[in-house]
Amino acid sequence: MLKIDNLHVKLEEEDKQILKGVTLEVPAGEVHAIMGPNGSGKSTLSYVLSGRDGYEVTEGSAMLGDIDLLELEPEERAAAGMFLAFQYPVEIPGVGNMTFLRTAVNAQRKARGQEEMSAADFLKFVRAKAKDLKIDADMLKRPVNVGFSGGEKKRNEILQMAMLEPKMCILDETDSGLDVDAMKLVSDGVNALRDENRGFLVITHYQRLLDHIVPDVVHIMAGGRIVKSGGPELALEVEKNGYADLMETA
Amino acid sequence: MAQDEHTIVKEGVEKETVDAVKSLGDKYKYGWETDIEMDYAPKGLTEDIVRLISQKNEEPEWMTEWRLNAYRRWLQMEEPDWAMVDYPEIDFQDQYYYARPKSMETKPKSLDEVDPKLLATYEKLGIPLKEQMILAGVEGAGEVPADGDNSDRKVAVDAVFDSVSVGTTFQKELKEAGVIFCSISEAIREHPELVKKYLGSVVPPTDNFYATLNSAVFSDGSFVYIPPGVRCPMELSTYFRINAENTGQFERTLIIADREAYVSYLEGCTAPQRDIAQLHAAVVEIVILDDAEVKYSTVQNWYPGDENGKGGIYNFVTKRADCRGDRSKVMWTQVETGSAVTWKYPSCVLRGDESQGEFYSIAITNNMQQADTGTKMTHLGKNTRSRIVSKGISAGRSNNTYRGLVSMHPKATNSRNYTQCDSLLIGDQCGAHTVPYIEVKNQSSRVEHEATTSKVDDDQMFYCRQRGMDEEEAVALIVNGFAKEVLQALPMEFAMEAQQLVAISLEGSVG
Ligand SMILES: Nc1ncnc2c1ncn2[C@@H]1O[C@H](COP(=O)(O)OP(=O)(O)OP(=O)(O)O)[C@@H](O)[C@H]1O
Ligand SMILES: [Mg+2]
Repeated sequence: MLKIDNLHVKLEEEDKQILKGVTLEVPAGEVHAIMGPNGSGKSTLSYVLSGRDGYEVTEGSAMLGDIDLLELEPEERAAAGMFLAFQYPVEIPGVGNMTFLRTAVNAQRKARGQEEMSAADFLKFVRAKAKDLKIDADMLKRPVNVGFSGGEKKRNEILQMAMLEPKMCILDETDSGLDVDAMKLVSDGVNALRDENRGFLVITHYQRLLDHIVPDVVHIMAGGRIVKSGGPELALEVEKNGYADLMETA
Repeated sequence: MAQDEHTIVKEGVEKETVDAVKSLGDKYKYGWETDIEMDYAPKGLTEDIVRLISQKNEEPEWMTEWRLNAYRRWLQMEEPDWAMVDYPEIDFQDQYYYARPKSMETKPKSLDEVDPKLLATYEKLGIPLKEQMILAGVEGAGEVPADGDNSDRKVAVDAVFDSVSVGTTFQKELKEAGVIFCSISEAIREHPELVKKYLGSVVPPTDNFYATLNSAVFSDGSFVYIPPGVRCPMELSTYFRINAENTGQFERTLIIADREAYVSYLEGCTAPQRDIAQLHAAVVEIVILDDAEVKYSTVQNWYPGDENGKGGIYNFVTKRADCRGDRSKVMWTQVETGSAVTWKYPSCVLRGDESQGEFYSIAITNNMQQADTGTKMTHLGKNTRSRIVSKGISAGRSNNTYRGLVSMHPKATNSRNYTQCDSLLIGDQCGAHTVPYIEVKNQSSRVEHEATTSKVDDDQMFYCRQRGMDEEEAVALIVNGFAKEVLQALPMEFAMEAQQLVAISLEGSVG
């Protein structure tokens, strides 16, 4: 599904290399977790995959199935099935959450040559999904992320993911700032979407999340590279001993 | 829950409109012209032309004299140059001042007699001249399930084509309510006592260069009188269409809300796409008596000229409301997306005690457009209140200026003004300027002014695009959000049209 090969990325504006040869493959149906120290390049990887400005790929490739992601505009990647739950969801004043969602859903449908969803169908759809995540009608009406609490923002990201039904979901620290109950809601939301055609890349600092969303593979990222990969037990090891040992072995 | 349903449908509508826009290939979709035979008065402006216009409208002698006085005054005036707009000198002798479709020579008695070509023009513009229930003023909106709330709304329309009023709908129903809604030329003939009493009482014929010119040569426009205690049973609207070439359009609108009356009035306008700029100098006067309220909404979409600033409408408009009565109230809402040059300051004279004036404005400029717009709040009465919310959006190489005056006179004790001016910039070649003037001549009044300038945020753009919207869709969404407060002040069907216009006006502003 997602195949990243020897990806090197530097900042466009300055001569700073951030990713130094990331190689990673997430097959369809699998959940992979990425852990790693602050500043190791996890968010940068998620941005580069989704097409944010400001980075320059100097070497390597990133494919979604047989689509070359690096060739596409962000909205084309989205339509191809790429989704990023932001570490810091963005506020858009004055734009109702519902309007935003509907614009997004229909933009993607249109890009894929599908018919737009009618207002009535959309309403039914969004209500059902929102209910699962315990997002109330008021939050759907409010402007996108404006005045949302940290946890509400993260739940809202998962709502968007559930609505857009992407092929490849990257979750960047979606668990940060969640209380115990919200963590359960979000995990259930993710698990509900798990199926053989969909892949997940879950960036997190805490093993706790991985108790709920059990990963197939755990990768450790440090200094712009994947330094170690293993099963769920790797996360436990990190939790106990920190990154120091792992970085030595790398 | 019902409340919630409603909002959601409304939200859905926004989406429809954004999409309707996306499917439009042309930048300015009203740029076509109607091929119709016209009667012109000879080019240029003289006393004879003024007399001729008066005569064509079958006006009484007093009206002809009124015009001639204005004309003589105008000859002595100079065109103002203080606004932040820059345009080639206008040759006032190289314009036609009167143009009328030939078929309108004998006034049609009802809409059934109107030239089908004219009716077709309005149909193509999406303006309902048939007396039908109006679901929504714009295409695309029809697909949205009616929520019962707006399904039986009616809007009466007065359609002005070049210099003349083509017809006014729902006359009978309005008459039953005691409301007079007709063209101003008809009002001059049929209701001279009202016209004599109020015409020029808010914007005197000597007010300013363009208003004085208008007083001399205005050809048509709308007249509204709401009698005491009457709440107008439907929205009233005038739709202006400039079709003829080299023709100035000078409409005159006079609205009177008698004691305890209420009316909501909408004004829309478009013009064909032409290389040569055209002049539009309208005057709107509103008189509001004790406890009455008027809402006046405009969606101005005159042809803005092309990317290089060629052609377009020069829009020099004087709009003023006189809150003459105690506790009277006026609300101006404007969405200015068109015109090459806009010079427009809808104003409120808060004369009555406890009267209130509100001004909500969205002004969008793209390419080479220039807008100098704002408002004047003149507080004369005690305990008067005014509120100004201005949202300026500049893109391309355009210039957008907010110019506002808030003036608290010595007797306007305990009065308040709140002004909020926000500017949004798209790209780095455009300009936004805020020019607030404040005069407070008493101790107990208070004026508050807040202003912000921001750019369309890259993170917001990326967030929208990551969710699948293309750049133009994302900008339209963000800008509509920025202007929300003003859009909400518009009547439902205008709000949808306005959202659509926001997106169209910004086409080509990104990427
Ligand atoms: N636009 C930028 N300008 C300057 N430095 C940048 C920029 N983007 C990323 N960096 C740097 O690149 C490195 C990787 O950042 P990134 O956000 O990818 O880390 P991370 O692994 O997500 O960290 P965290 O766990 O704290 O979220 C950091 O040192 C960061 O400061
Ligand atoms: Mg990060």
